[in-house]
Amino acid sequence: MISMKRRVLLRTGAVAAVTVATGFGRAAWAEERKSIRIGYAISKTGPNAGGAGITTLPNYLLWAKDVQDAGGLELPDGSRLPLEIVEYDDRSSAEEVVRAIERLANEDKVDFILAPWGTGFNLAAAPLFDRYGYPQLAVSAVTDKAPDFVKRWKKSFWMLGGGHDYAKALAAIMADAGKAGTLNGKVAMVSVADGFGIDLVSAARPAFEEAGIEVVYDKTYPVGTSDFTPMINEAKASGADSFVAFSYPPDTFAITQQAQVADFNPKLLYLGVGTGFPVYAKNNSENATGILSLGGIDPANAANADYRKRHEAVTGIAPDYWGSVITYASLQMLQEAIRRKGLDREAVAAEIASGSFETVLGETKLEDNQLRKLWWTGQWQNGQFVGIAPGDRAGASQLVLPRQSWKKA
Amino acid sequence: MLVTAVLSGLVLGGTYALLAMGLTLQYGIARIMNLAYGELIIVAAFLSYALFTYAGISPVWALLIALPGGFVLGYAIYGLLMAPLVRRARNAASLEIDSILTTFGLLFVIQGLLLVTFGANFTSYSYLNDAVQIFGTRLAANRLLALVLAVVLGAAIYLVLTRTLWGTALRAVAVAPGSAPLVGIDVERAARMAFALGGALAAAGGVVISMYQTFTATSGVVFTMKALIIVIMGGVGNILGALSAGLLLGLAETMVATYVDPGLTLATTYGLFLAVLLWRPTGLFGRAVR
Amino acid sequence: MTPRFLLEISAFIAVIAALALLPLFASPYGITLMIGMLGYVALAIGWALFSGPTRYVSLATVAFFGIGAYTCAVFSEVLAYPLLLLVAGLIGLGVALVVGLATLRLAGVYFVIFTFGLAELIRQLVTWYEVNITGTLGRYIFLPVTPEGIYWQLLALTAAAFAMSWAISRSRLGLALKVIGEDEVVASHSGIDIARVKLGLFALSAVIMTLVGAIQAPRWTYVEPSIAFNPTVSFLTLIMALLGGANRLMGPILGAVPLFLLFEWLSANFPNHYSIILGLIFITIVFVLPNGVLDFIEKGWARRLPVAKPAEVHK
Repeated sequence: MISMKRRVLLRTGAVAAVTVATGFGRAAWAEERKSIRIGYAISKTGPNAGGAGITTLPNYLLWAKDVQDAGGLELPDGSRLPLEIVEYDDRSSAEEVVRAIERLANEDKVDFILAPWGTGFNLAAAPLFDRYGYPQLAVSAVTDKAPDFVKRWKKSFWMLGGGHDYAKALAAIMADAGKAGTLNGKVAMVSVADGFGIDLVSAARPAFEEAGIEVVYDKTYPVGTSDFTPMINEAKASGADSFVAFSYPPDTFAITQQAQVADFNPKLLYLGVGTGFPVYAKNNSENATGILSLGGIDPANAANADYRKRHEAVTGIAPDYWGSVITYASLQMLQEAIRRKGLDREAVAAEIASGSFETVLGETKLEDNQLRKLWWTGQWQNGQFVGIAPGDRAGASQLVLPRQSWKKA
Repeated sequence: MLVTAVLSGLVLGGTYALLAMGLTLQYGIARIMNLAYGELIIVAAFLSYALFTYAGISPVWALLIALPGGFVLGYAIYGLLMAPLVRRARNAASLEIDSILTTFGLLFVIQGLLLVTFGANFTSYSYLNDAVQIFGTRLAANRLLALVLAVVLGAAIYLVLTRTLWGTALRAVAVAPGSAPLVGIDVERAARMAFALGGALAAAGGVVISMYQTFTATSGVVFTMKALIIVIMGGVGNILGALSAGLLLGLAETMVATYVDPGLTLATTYGLFLAVLLWRPTGLFGRAVR
Repeated sequence: MTPRFLLEISAFIAVIAALALLPLFASPYGITLMIGMLGYVALAIGWALFSGPTRYVSLATVAFFGIGAYTCAVFSEVLAYPLLLLVAGLIGLGVALVVGLATLRLAGVYFVIFTFGLAELIRQLVTWYEVNITGTLGRYIFLPVTPEGIYWQLLALTAAAFAMSWAISRSRLGLALKVIGEDEVVASHSGIDIARVKLGLFALSAVIMTLVGAIQAPRWTYVEPSIAFNPTVSFLTLIMALLGGANRLMGPILGAVPLFLLFEWLSANFPNHYSIILGLIFITIVFVLPNGVLDFIEKGWARRLPVAKPAEVHK
């Protein structure tokens, strides 16, 4: 027992000793630092790996390559330093996220930490980013509480909006179509019983009510459901001509397939995460046309189109149409803020909060630490997932309703 | 509505049954609690995906590759990893713990290899997603294929087990591994064959579900657990039991989703399973191979 | 009170005291590391407390761990902190008693799978309840608990769990447990109330696991069922306890500490090949250390000693 515990002490002591040594070393070299250390913890294994592997990780890799190719990160004096990346696998566990962030901040002493994937993990990490003074550019986190979080954690930035934003945009679209006589004002909706689905459905219920849309079928299904036939049959029999699913990628794919089998042709079909994945268009080709979801892009934006090309060339997979481009834009903001302010995290955070940046999204500026210029609703049109709401935003495409019936392959 | 619910339930149950039958052979006859079972399914799913996407080979042909492939893989896993454990095991309990730990390790190895090869992305393609009309209900052809395959393979294996000498030997090993050698049965060989056969069934299941279900390199555990529940409900080693329990489970989930609340389908699965365990720990249809 | 006993007691107190002083020297990451490690040590001790002597392999660890974490999240704004832990412990106890009464007659793999199903069932029910009754999923915990505070609480819990398993192994109950593990029929004939002993141990181990969850949850800020009921916790606890040797007092500690450090090292140095290496290590453990580290070490000693002695005589 004693010898064992002593070993623990020794190990921890050794860890502490290394810390002290590197700490001193760093201070001594501060004048001639050789690199800028960027660290992150991401789900490479476990249930979150699928999401992190499409929206977040490829963009981190792409950005790192872009910076390296350009000769490193530029500092205010015009000099460039190469990146040194420290990467951990959080194994889809909140406890691991917490530990990895502590490790990045205290052991590796990285200059900046990139955000983890997912709403829950960004929240788990937020107090630590705050305590150690790192700016947190949380992209893959959809939360209505962002205004509160910004007050609590001053250097946190929330860049994907909240459930209410998306629900209100959808309700507005449906109300307009109802007035125009395109839709009958009734909707059937299903939602996944997990953070994203619940957030959206609880925002959608009041939004639909306010917009005068009648919800005739409203059910929640557990994560991991693979058979949606009962729900589709119920929705088909419900009399609604709009079908909304706040779903996760496997569900989104399954609902699309099973709706075709059931010959279920709602005039408006809105599906959740996964609709904007490149594989979705590939698997459904023509049949994707007209389907609505969250996110979108401005098809006329050349910077974005170029980004999509490079993303596919460098990482081997195409980016999704929702969070991917915003993730990359968040990194460009960080890069530009470092170019303007150097490695002082306080100043960089202030610059991100107040500055205006030229990114792949176009001119990007945060309001109250949140990115508000987003596409709340998008639609598949001509092989691209384009943004349609807010309709008054520059670059918005025109909504097409009703959507075509399923075509036989 | 009821006819629709029953038919969709049976079709869903066909998938479950197909996934569970291999495990019941591996656990019931070879006596190996194979936690990496779902990973075999995923390997076959990726194989089918890769053949279809990159080489344009239809999943039906993939099935013809996967069946013998799964058999060889199962044979190799048993020979390399399991046989030494079986030989050294002092009793059933220590073999159980050893096999759980080893296959748990194997699960990680396969998962890791898949991650390195295919990445962590959601993988899916669509094949045979056509409607088939039965009694006025539209059913997906690919899911129907799973049901048909489950019934055909289940019946075939059942016949082999009950009507051939070789099958009788397998059943003898399942019922009394200690006394089987007394009548001249090579227990290790029989167990290896059962394990390999289970691997072939897992691979077949993987190919079929890849046509309609999204999977990732790490989603094998989900299939293992579902299969395990069905195996226990149907009675360990009982191939017709697995078939019936799978169909029953699909039916129950669809009924609950249609008439109660889709939110409770998984709770129903586990609730039903726990109830069966408490009420009849040997499964609804008894333990031994019938 | 033999001298040996006194020595052991004082050694135990000294170690705990030394560990309690650690936050004064360690870096914040050191504390974080220790929190994670102590969490798993406590879980493994709790697991071995029940599963070691009874040989019931339980995968319900995360059911109780998650109940603790969730209770903490649900009541964090209503109850004072110490009361929070008490309530969590009581809920864990209640669930354990109900479940224990119903299931402890299951044996072998049926119990294994039942306990896994139990964890999933509780997760599904919590999800369904949150979605349909409270209308939210995911709860925020904003408690002013420092990492040091969490560390000390976990240390106290671990020490208490260790002391309990020590006391049990030295008591008449410990003897009874040995008999149960070896042969239940003999045990029941010799007048041991097997059912009650098993139930008591199951409940005790469940309370320890629940408390670990309740103590650790404030570190996550945000709790939702998929975070609280992560099945990996059950699997890792099982592996750690089995690696060390679930029947030994020191077994769970000797399993949890090296494995935890190994995981940490792997995830930092081989983020892309973590799974493969981890899997190979598991397989190696089964083939090389079939009865746990402690057994291996003891056997190693036993083999070496008789050789060493004659050699000395010859000199």
